[in-house]
Amino acid sequence: MKKITWALVATVVTLVISVGFAQASTKDEVQKRGTFQCGVSTGLPGFSIADEKGNWSGIDVDVCKAIAAATLGDATKIKYVPLNAKERFTALQSGEIDALVRGTTWTLTRDSSLGLNFTGVNYYDGQGFLISKKIGVKSALELDGAAVCIQSGTTSELNLADYFKANNMTYKAVVFDTHDATAKAFDNGRCDVLTSDQSQLYGLRTHLSKPEDAIVLPEVISKEPLGPLVRQGDDAWFNIVKWTLNAMIEAEELGVTQANVDEMKANSKNPGIRRLLGLEGIAGKGLGLNDDWAYQIIKQVGNYGEIFDRNVGAGSALKIDRGLNALWSKGGIMYAPPVR
Amino acid sequence: MSKSSQKQFWNNAQYRALFFQILLVAMLVGFFWFIGRNTLANLENRGISTGFGFLSLKAGFGILQSLIPFDESYSFGRTFWVGLLNTLLVSGLGIIFATIIGFTAGVARLSNNWLISKLAGVYVEMFRNIPLLLQIFFWYFAVLRTLPAPKQSWVAGDVAFLNIRGLYLPQPLFGDNFCFVGWALALAIVVTLLIRRWAKKRQDDTGKQFKMFRVGFVLIVGLPLLVFFAIGAPLTWDIPKLQGFNFRGGMTIIPELTALLVALSVYTGTFIAEVVRSGILSVNSGQTEAASALGLHKAKVLKLIVIPQAMRVIIPQLTSQYLNLVKNSSLATAIGYPDLVAVFAGTTLNQTGQAIEIIAMTMSVYLVISLTISGIMNWYNKKIMLVER
Repeated sequence: MKKITWALVATVVTLVISVGFAQASTKDEVQKRGTFQCGVSTGLPGFSIADEKGNWSGIDVDVCKAIAAATLGDATKIKYVPLNAKERFTALQSGEIDALVRGTTWTLTRDSSLGLNFTGVNYYDGQGFLISKKIGVKSALELDGAAVCIQSGTTSELNLADYFKANNMTYKAVVFDTHDATAKAFDNGRCDVLTSDQSQLYGLRTHLSKPEDAIVLPEVISKEPLGPLVRQGDDAWFNIVKWTLNAMIEAEELGVTQANVDEMKANSKNPGIRRLLGLEGIAGKGLGLNDDWAYQIIKQVGNYGEIFDRNVGAGSALKIDRGLNALWSKGGIMYAPPVR
Repeated sequence: MSKSSQKQFWNNAQYRALFFQILLVAMLVGFFWFIGRNTLANLENRGISTGFGFLSLKAGFGILQSLIPFDESYSFGRTFWVGLLNTLLVSGLGIIFATIIGFTAGVARLSNNWLISKLAGVYVEMFRNIPLLLQIFFWYFAVLRTLPAPKQSWVAGDVAFLNIRGLYLPQPLFGDNFCFVGWALALAIVVTLLIRRWAKKRQDDTGKQFKMFRVGFVLIVGLPLLVFFAIGAPLTWDIPKLQGFNFRGGMTIIPELTALLVALSVYTGTFIAEVVRSGILSVNSGQTEAASALGLHKAKVLKLIVIPQAMRVIIPQLTSQYLNLVKNSSLATAIGYPDLVAVFAGTTLNQTGQAIEIIAMTMSVYLVISLTISGIMNWYNKKIMLVER
């Protein structure tokens, strides 16, 4: 409550006070400040969550780190700002954060009417249902009349309504404002099903008192391309955030990893790799960054495959399949424009 | 002062005062105009949509509890009214319950009975000193979770069911002529009021008392009942039935409402108890003694002498407590009760992204509700104030 109030006050004050429209470039501001302010979730395993020592981890957090590595040359110079679904856009609009990497679904309304721009997709997701095994439901089409727990301010609320309407079913939506309260209410039996993006369901399931008693239904009822956002009207910064992600995907495609990047930089003859690491071609000039911007990303954070594995994939507790998030050459749809 | 300088109009105190007043007003208007224009220009520059056009767009999400018809196909404007009515519902009920609890606990705390006064004291000190949000969580996540699942519902006479999803009650379905019963009730109330006036006048004139309560009771309950059966009992009940996951049909009292209502009433009740206690203590003990000396018994002393005088102290503070309760009801969003803040300043804000318009509307609504309550309470306060001669 308090946080949203402050974010709103901040927006209103900024919008009211800033006479004319002379906004400094975000890149210059970040470099002058020496820290990058990244908006993340209040705690979602695999995406952005802080441990008991306050260290953040997750696939979204790694994107934050990559942006810091590219812009500042140091992936640790980040101030994480935890935001709930309702606060996130206001925080970015008001300038409280420099970029929002918080599992946000790319939609027309958000891209066109909030004064924000999506820079790409770092996780292709879809909405699903989590349900207790005991109930014995095998498909989402058997959910007529169910009580559904859901987090407010998400596209899930709208998809849910569409799906039930399209299939002539009724439901009761019980809406909470954090992941935690939603999971707790589901755990208590307030609702029959919990709905959210599938990736989140796996994360939330680990919060239940008996995670093994709940299953994720097979239906995926929506497209949820999740990606980072920046403020509209700052194209230089937009490019940096966009290409940070592209560089990570390109690195995976070229087989450049955190472990072999130094060796690649020294010995590789592959022109694609040499361009990516800033040894040939336009390097960092177009983006206004150092030539080794992509090298820093891979050295300090890793390529896309590595961050996926480490946070949500085989190397993590969530064990989510690459699926759509595999490279285009391996049956997925992760595809970066060429770095050249 | 010489005569010539007096003639100069700028030396006239009245004109000067007027000049500065106008200057101030002009500056204020200019200031707000500047802010408004600037805000709009900035919003436009940043590509953020403005205006109230979004209110007529289709909302596309469901709301758990609605006092007016609502589903996904209604507009964002409709979500405003749904949220507002839900806020008014929980605030209105909260004010009633908090007042009852507060007056009972306040009087109990002054009781001569050691146990009763200590119990009231413990209640006040305990619930007054725990943050309200924690109390809401306690009632919602700790107390209500002990209720059974729908299939193991607690049943009362096969028509009412209680489980973790809520209290399911039969819903009355009124027949065609049911309005006559309503008219009969209204008539009975009017007649009762008239009789009461006559009885009071008679008591003032002759000292004879009239059994007002019995007559009023018979009229208000009896007359509508008589009419109801005379026109053939046009009333049926829609009884909730377990079907699939949940009960369908009937009325539902959702647990979010119950938890919020209990938390708000119990919390605000403690403050009202203290207000009532201070009000009663403010009445000079000479008044009570004088009343006892006249031979009035205890209940009459309280009703005729103490309470009316205590009310003058109680009302202004009670007003603040009512206002607090209404504003605190916005904590609903924490447990998923669909009040104005949760629905309109929550989901609707997020789906449309129009923070400034929505927050402005929400703030004005709370302002209007609060001003209305204080208006009513101030009117009442004036009415019971000491008439000075």
